[in-house]
Amino acid sequence: MNLDFSFLSWEVIRAYVANGFIFSIQLTLVAMVGGIALGTVLALMRLSGKKWLETPAAIYVDTLRSIPLVMVIMGFYLLIPFMIGRPIGAELSAIITFTLFEAAYYSEIMRAGIQSVPKGQVHAGYAMGMTYSQTTQLIVLPQAFRNMLPVLLTQTIILFQDTSLVYAIGAYDLLKGFETVGRNFNRPVETTLVSAVVYLVICFSLSYMVRRLQKKIQIIR
Amino acid sequence: MAIFGIDTFCRDTIDKELVANCLKSAQGDTTYLHWLLQAWGTAVALSVLALIVAMTFGVLMGILRTTPHRLLVLVGDVWTEMFRNVPLIVQLFLWYYVVPEFVPPLKSVPPFVLAFIGLGLFTSARISEQIRAGIQSLPRGQLYAGLAVGLTLPQTYRYVLLPMAFRIVIPPLTSESMNIVKNSSVAFAVSVPELAMFYRQAGEETSQVLMFVAVTLLYFISAFAINRVMKWVEKRVRVPGMVGGK
Repeated sequence: MNLDFSFLSWEVIRAYVANGFIFSIQLTLVAMVGGIALGTVLALMRLSGKKWLETPAAIYVDTLRSIPLVMVIMGFYLLIPFMIGRPIGAELSAIITFTLFEAAYYSEIMRAGIQSVPKGQVHAGYAMGMTYSQTTQLIVLPQAFRNMLPVLLTQTIILFQDTSLVYAIGAYDLLKGFETVGRNFNRPVETTLVSAVVYLVICFSLSYMVRRLQKKIQIIR
Repeated sequence: MAIFGIDTFCRDTIDKELVANCLKSAQGDTTYLHWLLQAWGTAVALSVLALIVAMTFGVLMGILRTTPHRLLVLVGDVWTEMFRNVPLIVQLFLWYYVVPEFVPPLKSVPPFVLAFIGLGLFTSARISEQIRAGIQSLPRGQLYAGLAVGLTLPQTYRYVLLPMAFRIVIPPLTSESMNIVKNSSVAFAVSVPELAMFYRQAGEETSQVLMFVAVTLLYFISAFAINRVMKWVEKRVRVPGMVGGK
């Protein structure tokens, strides 16, 4: 077996891979921001102590967490034409799916984060005359975010890896970019290898940075 | 999109005729139900075999990473980082396209085998993390006590450290085992005829919603069954006075 990487010029990368890479990043960032926002709301609902808020949030989180992501990606993409009457693009479908799906996982992290804030902090907020929303926004959530920052970032690295699953609906991401090059130049072995190395380098450096951040935060606390 | 209530499952997959016994028509065409059950069997077999691979390598690498030998630790670390930082679907492509090029005998191996090896090694990285954390959560004195009474290092692991570490990591291993069932769905990418693949094709031919519900329900049941088995194991090996014991 002789490998030949000579076809992978900068022009080829720019023409096929760059767009996919940008979409993977976009998808990761949108799903992270949206997922954390929605996840925080879900976590607050689950900890609200009110049954009518707790139950729907629990059902949402537990259901999504027990379905494989591939099924959610394909299911949403194939079912959306029935729900709104017309199909939407694979890319948009992926962005919505990932935001909704990741919210379930982020919400579990945020729930742990909120519970890690000592009860006394909440009582202190109330004692000073703050309302529930003031206490939550100004006292509980900032500390919860800080405590959970490394975990949230680790989940985001997993999210970045999972974006490759949009392969199931043919959205054009980083992996699809490499796959297209492999098909056009009839070199699937080389492009698969290169895509693996690219993901490895990105994810390894990110998780290395998260580990360093974790150590820093631990010292401050 | 013509047919399709719950009786879809009893229709054959070629000309969509209702089949009396719901499984096989007189001409020998299979029904959707038959196809679904086959896909479920493939998914379960894939998960179980991958779990065996994952446990074997995960436990081995996890142990290596806690030994006092720097070389062994390095081997375990590199293994874990490699299999953890590449997306599962890319790893399956590696097994499908790349590895057979370097190991020609693998060219005649069916995708199913490559998929369970790939899924197993991917999960082994996660299990190695859990095992390592479990062993490191034990007090250092346990290791020293083992060595002090004259046990060799392997004996200390076998009789002192591992029996406790395994019991500690059963809960995280339970969730990894359930993850394997969910992750087995990625095998559709290398054309293993499992549940996600079934949904992709059958969902297109028939009623989307019904097939989606059926498939996700089967995933749920499979993961739940694994959960019950692990809980049973957890209960069986419980030691009085230790974590989770009475």
